[in-house]
Amino acid sequence: MIELWLLLAICSLSTYLWRGSGVLLSAGIDPRGEAFTWIACVAYAIIAGVVSRMLLMPTGILAETTLVERAVGSAAALGAYFWLTKRNLFVGVAAGAVALWLVKIALL
Amino acid sequence: MLIAGYFGFGALAAAHDIPLAIAVASTAVLWALPAQIVLVEMHTLAAPLAATVLAVMLSSARFLPMTLMLMPEMRDPRHRPWKYYVAAHLLSLSGWTMAVARFPQLPRAERLAWFFGFALVLITVNAAATAAGYLGADRLPPLARLALVFMVPMYYLLILTGAVRDRTAALGLACGALAGPLAYLATPEWSVPLGGLAGGTLAYLMLKRT
Repeated sequence: MIELWLLLAICSLSTYLWRGSGVLLSAGIDPRGEAFTWIACVAYAIIAGVVSRMLLMPTGILAETTLVERAVGSAAALGAYFWLTKRNLFVGVAAGAVALWLVKIALL
Repeated sequence: MLIAGYFGFGALAAAHDIPLAIAVASTAVLWALPAQIVLVEMHTLAAPLAATVLAVMLSSARFLPMTLMLMPEMRDPRHRPWKYYVAAHLLSLSGWTMAVARFPQLPRAERLAWFFGFALVLITVNAAATAAGYLGADRLPPLARLALVFMVPMYYLLILTGAVRDRTAALGLACGALAGPLAYLATPEWSVPLGGLAGGTLAYLMLKRT
């Protein structure tokens, strides 16, 4: 418990380090430089890696679903987001969750 | 928009037995959804502290260019310097996107106040969404909880596939989506930072070659 609070504090500080140095340095650095393109690539890759791992090889509660069930949920979310609505994020996410729930109930 | 993500994050934290106070506090003090998800996921994988901090730092490094771009737009001699350090903490990707769109219509002296108001509402609403998702997942039957947790990967699946018009985003996402699971097969505890570094660097090299 205390360990988790500590972990949160360390992670928050290491995130603030970037924010704070952004203010400190904002006079001299060009934010369109090469290094920042690489940083953006890594940031996208990290979250995409976590999400694709959650969908392909889930741990925890999502491990109680099969790959096919998660694929059905993903297809419902993508369909609702891109075709049914004009990119309404909330509807898309909800459609994915409801689809997974319905598939699970139907298989009970 | 963000609410769906934070709602799902609350449910994810509940399913991983993270205390409610920590889940809500992380929204207020960390205030970076990818870093929060990385934190919860890596805690569950029993990853070493160094791996978790490295992954969070890499995923949060994008705040440096974001603040670098935004701060000069809010500078005004009438504001005290410390206020910018508070503003930097309130910055999120969606707040940044809104600010970039809104600032040209606002007089320079009013931008900081506008940003504070907007960002504080955003952070409060999303802390409430975190708590709601957490309590929902805690009280509902297991199948419904499963569906709430599923909102996290769905949220990013849609955001990420919706952003593919931007080449940096598209390549970073595609390479990361491949590298993440592969790194997980090699080393679960270090998979998040290593997969991100490998996938991100590959994406960067492909971006440079074309």
